[in-house]
Amino acid sequence: MHLSAENLPFRELNERVKAAPGEVQIDNCYGQPFVGSGCKDKSIIIYGTPGNALGAYLDGAEIVVHGNAQDAVGDTMNDGRIVIHGHAGDALGYAMRGGKIYVRGNAGYRTGIHMKQYQEKRPVIVVGGKVGSFLGEYLAGGLIVVLGLGVEEIPVGSFTGTGMHGGRIYIRTKQKLSGLPPQVTAEIASDAEMGEIMPFLAEFAGLFDLDLKQFAFDQYYVLKPNAKSPYKKLYTAH
Amino acid sequence: MASDFFIYPEYEVVRDQDRCNLCKVCVRQCANGVHEYIAETHKLVSDEAKCVNCQRCVVYCPTRALKIVKSSNTYKENAHWSGATINELYRQAATGGVLLSSMGNPQKYPSYFDRILINASQVTNPSIDPLREPMETRVFLGPKPQRIERDSSGRIIPRLGPHLKLTMPMMFAAMSYGSISYSTHESLARAAETLGIMYNTGEGGLHENLYRYGKNTIVQVASGRFGVHPDYLAAGAAIEIKIGQGAKPGIGGHLPGAKIVGDVARTRMIPEGSDAISPAPHHDIYSIEDLRQLVFSLKEATNYQKPIIVKIAAVHNVAAIASGIARSGAEIIAIDGFRGGTGAAPTRIRDHVGIPIELALASVDQRLRAEGIRDRVSLVISGGIRSSADIVKALALGADCVYIGTAALLALGCHLCRSCHTGKCNWGIATQVPELVKRLNPEKGAEHLVNLLTAWQHEIKEMMGGMGINSIESLIGNRLMLRGIGLTEKELAILGIKHAGE
Ligand code: SF4
Ligand code: SF4
Repeated sequence: MHLSAENLPFRELNERVKAAPGEVQIDNCYGQPFVGSGCKDKSIIIYGTPGNALGAYLDGAEIVVHGNAQDAVGDTMNDGRIVIHGHAGDALGYAMRGGKIYVRGNAGYRTGIHMKQYQEKRPVIVVGGKVGSFLGEYLAGGLIVVLGLGVEEIPVGSFTGTGMHGGRIYIRTKQKLSGLPPQVTAEIASDAEMGEIMPFLAEFAGLFDLDLKQFAFDQYYVLKPNAKSPYKKLYTAH
Repeated sequence: MASDFFIYPEYEVVRDQDRCNLCKVCVRQCANGVHEYIAETHKLVSDEAKCVNCQRCVVYCPTRALKIVKSSNTYKENAHWSGATINELYRQAATGGVLLSSMGNPQKYPSYFDRILINASQVTNPSIDPLREPMETRVFLGPKPQRIERDSSGRIIPRLGPHLKLTMPMMFAAMSYGSISYSTHESLARAAETLGIMYNTGEGGLHENLYRYGKNTIVQVASGRFGVHPDYLAAGAAIEIKIGQGAKPGIGGHLPGAKIVGDVARTRMIPEGSDAISPAPHHDIYSIEDLRQLVFSLKEATNYQKPIIVKIAAVHNVAAIASGIARSGAEIIAIDGFRGGTGAAPTRIRDHVGIPIELALASVDQRLRAEGIRDRVSLVISGGIRSSADIVKALALGADCVYIGTAALLALGCHLCRSCHTGKCNWGIATQVPELVKRLNPEKGAEHLVNLLTAWQHEIKEMMGGMGINSIESLIGNRLMLRGIGLTEKELAILGIKHAGE
């Protein structure tokens, strides 16, 4: 089904999207928020720029954006896949627990903060370009990969992984990573560790028509939490 | 701990050897390992350093041989440096740790509830006997329509948005599974169903067995988003966004990995043994506009079927904050005062941050009225409600309903030992140890909660009857029914009430 979002208030647009079975294509999307929120089984293809909280609480549906997305994409997402051909805004994948988000371009501040994993649910975010500060803050689980494609400098901002207590962050860069908080260790990823993200790199290459060899076999840093429960020592009971 | 910092036990376990028949119930009942039986001497001894004064052994000792009394060992008297203060300092000097404690602020701050008195009718506008006359304690939480519209034949067009319907102006406050036990949650859920009110999951998700109490459940969404997924959101009667909590305004939560076991991990949807950290802020909320976005994303995800509650702690500029929330699209604002309980909080924050709920409530209600938006939201308050009299005073100060947390736990056996953070609650409440959890029987627990709230409901009716009021709706915000006692002009002005005798 085709829908033109032009002049459509968000509530109406989202009602129609939810009511439509199977595949929905939205044309002329001009910033309507909450598209696809909580959707379980459908595929939504968007031309234009969807507004904030695209695919919030997504639970199995697929969303493809031919354009840029704004803030809070995939907030508390549980399952499904979001593919963004342009850039994404701040707080991408906030607290997501499952599913995958692929962004061809850059993502803003606070990407993937407080992501977590649970049993077979292991969320994945792959950003093609660079991200802003506070990447993976409070990370409790899941995988975040920043590819830095076409980026000379280190492709992440400040305070990466602050409060991280689970999960992994992979950063592709030739430069030496520094300035990380004490709860985080950063090492050059081993072959086994690269093996863990290879399927997602391949999926990324396939989605955006890229040559895997151009980026998948370079130097990546892997960031992990330092100890199992790094905050335990903070308190004194009385 | 370094010996320089030896702290003499706060309590003494007094065992009357004449009464003690060596049954060893105390040994079995105390999870803190205070009591020990020494076979050689044929005697029970106690390691008082481990005692938290939870009274479990006292209650269960069949011969009433036990007493827990405050130790008379004292430091040199000092009006500025109390023994407790000195001990806390020693602990920190020895460990370098942040002091951690639980339950509500126990310090001597004024209680405004205790300085407000309720009116009654005499001669004119006579009082009503609740046993004889119908007395309405039902409340609806949610926006009230601004005006009545009628169709062509004169019938009122109902235009109520999503709201909650309660048989009495009380709900059980948010307490997460993980900070409290499964049996506590089940007790609260069952009681809420029997009473026709709500309980609140807190931020730890909803156990799969308790989905069937959905009609009486408020599901919470906090910064950590534990256990939050579309089915969870759909399960409850309302969704509460937790911004803050009275016991620890401005800071987040941290359930240590040791408590994330079995079903707690499953319900929170995080691996066993991993820390559950709720960041202090929601990292996607930096303004009322951002809050509005979260409110509407939840509405979108639940098809605009559920009222949204935004819960904040009572802090200095609470009235301005509440005014913003009233414009965020949320239907209900919950405000938690500085006496509110917690399963664990840094002691200094619990004891020094936030303001009394009475003042916060009165100023929020006045502000929303002054701005003409009071009807857009309902107000639920919490943080120190101890009795039906507190509730009547809160309603007259402008609350639509109260949340009951600590009082509900007391009805389940809690003895306010303020040691919830240790995870060894002897009453089966703030613990995940299976043998301790079993001590609380949900059926009995629910019965006690139902008893308490039914008694309070009856008392509320009697107080209302005394005032000549026959429905909660006419009590809400009815400040003329209140008088202050021993309050300054400023306090009276903030509360919006007159002094007794005026
Ligand atoms: S901790 Fe509780 S059960 Fe143990 S000795 Fe003290 S009062 Fe008794
Ligand atoms: S819930 Fe348990 S540990 Fe907490 S104060 Fe009450 S009796 Fe003590």
